[in-house]
Amino acid sequence: MEPEFFEQLAMPLFDQLYNLAHWLTGDRADAEDLVQETYAKSLKGFRSFQQGTNLRAWMYRILRNTFHTSRTGLAAQNTSSIEEEEAQGTSVTAHTITPELLLLQQEGQQTVLDALAALPVAYREIILLSEVEEFSYREIAQILDVPIGTVMSRLSRARTALRRPQKANMLERSIDADTL
Amino acid sequence: MPIPCDQNPITLASYLDGELPPDQIPAMHEHIATCPQCASEIAELTSLKSSLRAARGHHTPTLEFRKKLQQQIAPPRRPRPNMLRFIPVALALAAMLLLAFTWTQHSRRQDAFSEVADLHVNALASTNPLDVISTDRHTVKPWFQGRIPFSFNVPELTGSEFTLLGGRVVYLHQQPGAQLIVAMRQHKISVLIFQASSGQALPFPVSTEASGHNAFTVETWQSNGLRFLVIGDVDATEIERLAQSLKQANS
Ligand SMILES: [Zn+2]
Repeated sequence: MEPEFFEQLAMPLFDQLYNLAHWLTGDRADAEDLVQETYAKSLKGFRSFQQGTNLRAWMYRILRNTFHTSRTGLAAQNTSSIEEEEAQGTSVTAHTITPELLLLQQEGQQTVLDALAALPVAYREIILLSEVEEFSYREIAQILDVPIGTVMSRLSRARTALRRPQKANMLERSIDADTL
Repeated sequence: MPIPCDQNPITLASYLDGELPPDQIPAMHEHIATCPQCASEIAELTSLKSSLRAARGHHTPTLEFRKKLQQQIAPPRRPRPNMLRFIPVALALAAMLLLAFTWTQHSRRQDAFSEVADLHVNALASTNPLDVISTDRHTVKPWFQGRIPFSFNVPELTGSEFTLLGGRVVYLHQQPGAQLIVAMRQHKISVLIFQASSGQALPFPVSTEASGHNAFTVETWQSNGLRFLVIGDVDATEIERLAQSLKQANS
């Protein structure tokens, strides 16, 4: 297919992809590099792109994989601890209204956004894909290349972490001190 | 002490995410209505959802970066070789004026074209592109009645290489129109029909012959107060053939 056709289909995603890239990298220059590489790879792969495939999910998948193999992505991820936790299957306690949560609600959006920025990347990306980009569980499973069950449990963990900042700090043990 | 609830928090979240199977939703409604624990859990998740809405469009790309990227994926066409330099000055001036005029016309057509191309691309990109799904022209025509302020005839395509897939109502400059999607082998072709004379004229190219345009070929003509456009990524001769059958049906 022609580059012009790719442009018409892919450019409407530009703002959203950039937003996600910036949330993932936490930095304008890195986000620009990531988006640029995503479009370069997508354009290259577009000729083999199957009609009827979900182009949006496909491009998010490219962006996400590119991020995880980048220098910033490798530094940010902590795959082993995620797998460990998910293997343990530690259940998330629901039905908790803590004083911290009440405070969180009072302080409003900024606190949630700060907590989001501080989440380990595996939790941050799943929250962004679900709540911000509104992908379905099935689409997220495709993008992350994990089973739907993993999507559900990881998303649940991410939400719990956002609702309890101290839990987020616990998950964050692997992140460098400069983000604290 | 309230009775502890055994509801799985993941199921509650699935419910809020719109991922619960439809047959489980009534039972969930009933449970939430009677369980204060789940009701408060739902309230918290909802509040988190609304806070996270602020993360949408939180980071915006710069205009420079947008331009840079656009150039990267769609490199500008090479400028034409300068043929003016051997022509005497007066003649060159006249030629330049003509060139400027042609260029303005061209870019105006370009704009009109990209709007039409957008309608076509949107239909292809949409997961649910058709309002009415029918291969039968006798079903499609009455469906549009009352939805658009004009009527048109759908040609008989049975036995031809074209297959009618269905249609939908589209808008161009606030004017409602009909879009028919026609399949030809692996390709999809859009037939767009608008009223030709209703206040402001639609800035469509006036030409009646098919014009190749990068990925798409478009043919447009006017007939009985209607403006027809046929657009698709097939050869001009095929667009022309489909256009002919539409012209016959609406002459
Ligand atoms: Zn309950």
